[in-house]
Amino acid sequence: MNIKAQSSGQSTARNTTSKGSADKDLVRFQSVRKSYDGVHFVVKDLNLSVREGEFLTMLGPSGSGKTTTLMMLAGFERPTLGRILLDGKPVEQLPPEKRNIGMVFQNYALFPHMTVDENIAFPLRYRGIKGIEARDRIRKARSMVHLDAMAERKPAQLSGGQQQRVALARALVFEPSLVLMDEPLGALDKQLREHMQMEIKQIQTSLGITMVYVTHDQSEALTMSDRIAVFHDGVIQQLADPVTLYNAPQNNFVAGFIGENNAIVCDVQERGPVSVVKAQDGTLMTCVAPDPEDDGRDLRLMIRPEKLRLAGAEQTGRSNVFSGQVREAFFLGDHIRLRVSALGQDNISIRVTAWEGLSFQPGDTVKVACNVDDCLLLRGQA
Amino acid sequence: MTAALHDRIDVFMAVKRAERPARRAAFSLSLPLQGFLLLAFFLPIAFLLIAAVGNPETRQILPQTLGALEGWDGTQIPPDAVFEAFEEDLKAAHANRTAALLGKRLNYEVSGSRSAVVAAGRLAASRPSGSFKDALLASNPMWGTAEIWSVIKRNGSAVTPYYLLMAVDLTQSADGLLRWADEDQGIFLAVLGRTLLIALMVTIGTLLLGYPVAYVLTLAPRGVGSVMLLMVLLPLWTSLLVRTTAWVALLQTDGVINDVLMFLGLIDEKVQLIYTRVGTVTAMTHIQLPFTILPIYSVMRAINPSHVRAARSLGAGPLSAFWRVYAPQTLPGVVAGCLMTFILSLGYYITPALVGGANDQMVSNLISIYINRELNWGMAAALGVVLLTVTVAIYALFLRLVGADKIRLG
Repeated sequence: MNIKAQSSGQSTARNTTSKGSADKDLVRFQSVRKSYDGVHFVVKDLNLSVREGEFLTMLGPSGSGKTTTLMMLAGFERPTLGRILLDGKPVEQLPPEKRNIGMVFQNYALFPHMTVDENIAFPLRYRGIKGIEARDRIRKARSMVHLDAMAERKPAQLSGGQQQRVALARALVFEPSLVLMDEPLGALDKQLREHMQMEIKQIQTSLGITMVYVTHDQSEALTMSDRIAVFHDGVIQQLADPVTLYNAPQNNFVAGFIGENNAIVCDVQERGPVSVVKAQDGTLMTCVAPDPEDDGRDLRLMIRPEKLRLAGAEQTGRSNVFSGQVREAFFLGDHIRLRVSALGQDNISIRVTAWEGLSFQPGDTVKVACNVDDCLLLRGQA
Repeated sequence: MTAALHDRIDVFMAVKRAERPARRAAFSLSLPLQGFLLLAFFLPIAFLLIAAVGNPETRQILPQTLGALEGWDGTQIPPDAVFEAFEEDLKAAHANRTAALLGKRLNYEVSGSRSAVVAAGRLAASRPSGSFKDALLASNPMWGTAEIWSVIKRNGSAVTPYYLLMAVDLTQSADGLLRWADEDQGIFLAVLGRTLLIALMVTIGTLLLGYPVAYVLTLAPRGVGSVMLLMVLLPLWTSLLVRTTAWVALLQTDGVINDVLMFLGLIDEKVQLIYTRVGTVTAMTHIQLPFTILPIYSVMRAINPSHVRAARSLGAGPLSAFWRVYAPQTLPGVVAGCLMTFILSLGYYITPALVGGANDQMVSNLISIYINRELNWGMAAALGVVLLTVTVAIYALFLRLVGADKIRLG
């Protein structure tokens, strides 16, 4: 399948403004497959292009093939089949040290027997950068990640966040054109993680480097990325910019993995760009189907919790309305989440603003409505 | 100020109080071992130290002679009173059968005095007519020299540096000055140096052979790895004597190794392997391998493989990444393993005795000769003290050079 064609124009527009050489592919995976045992493929027929200057995230649950893909790009794994082009040249046979790619590892992989400066200096000695220039570069890299006072510390004397910054400085100091990051923020607490996300993103934009980032955290992916490739079962389920991914998921795996979604089991009554389905309790729902062709895969009606609203007496024409019974109400500060049984399921989640939700008790009957455009009929995963 | 300070002290004391029962319980659990160590380790070492400087013989056998020698200036033949006291002491010694003991002790310092003392004892017991002094001088001219009497006088003290000095090839002459021992007696430094050299060779041998094995162990898949680890540990489960005897069978002139080398045509005539340095070091290296491998392996296992990957991604080739990133992190294990093998090798006894030749005997072999053959406990203890001192010194040196945090024995 041609993944490039699927990505929307929005991200391209963002890239062209920040970088002159837009749409030049820095990395290209061509029909790459990877198997460790010769029977099962961890990565199945991967086609993916990374544009120069973009922040591309490979997002997926563990075992989805995203890390293997990253390791093939870094040179630590070899593709079983297919080609990887870096700057137009095939690199499958090239050892990692010849690829000139900066990499930040999951556990930072700082060298414990070297100081901060020695760690940052490490890549420079292999590039013949010595003396004043090396000192200058180290100092700049260190101050870029706000570690000016830490030059002589050993990694063990640094906090997790500081270690993360050293790893970043070390991967950037030799000015690689491509930087890979393998779940770099996984070990940090939530606040620090959000802070580092902004910092990494800001460094990437200001230096104009291409970054390939692996994570299983969808909110991290949405915050930082120009484009996101959603991995599952060794296949890219969808490649798009964050907004498209959230609003127009290609299948119900993507719809469920990015943000929350109510997956409603249904029978299709009428199939077309606008379809009619029947829920398990017999309620008829009108919905849009982005991909109307049938290929035998399961179809699900997907509705996001925040698109569902509690309905008053009057309703506009293009809405689905159904009734349900409140099971539980969770107070979450800025909103209230209701678990409602409706449409033959007891796990329909509705997000309501706090003031309107406070009056509900378990057992109350509610009327729920949503726009037809927000009801998506999606197929199962690719 | 005071109120706040008092508060903090109170809290501190409360914390101490709250933790006391747990501390006591932990301490009491280690009491049996502490008692055992005291009885089985510290007391024997204390006795060893005492035996190395103890000097009871002269003091017990010649009490009156020593009293009479007190005013003597040590330059001329002692006055007659000394000879009279000596006669009395010898009579008692002959009756108690302790004259030979005294003779043996004095013989360490003045050769020929063993038979002279025994003869003098007999003389004293037989009550010669006339002066005992004249008869004594007639029996052995040695008694007419100042040397023997100053040695007797010097050994009147309860402790003597004689054995310890002898263990490092030094002697004290009659006038109390230190000088190197005569060539035929000064063999101890040579043996000590040989002991250190053999221990060093064994350490280097185990490191060269063991380091790659430890590395492969960390890389091997779980099943293969545990089989390999079993092979490494197997020698530890066989008795030292059995393994050494096996080496004797392999190394002897009509042994397996010579046969194989002859069969392959690599040698024309049989080579001497057993009773040589090569044989000793080979057998000891084999026995010591697990002690070097295990600490290195346990340190290597804890090294994150992503460090080498990071080094590669930053531009280091495979060898450079290994040498600059992996190897330095294995140092605590290398130091611990080498220290363990070196120190254990210093005390080897059975292997050099069975596999080594006359020139491969180590300090422990000398100690056993002094205990079993010469019955010279003072010398055996002194050599033990020297060995202990060298061991502690080497351990301290290692600590100083690489730091305590760089040695990971567990």
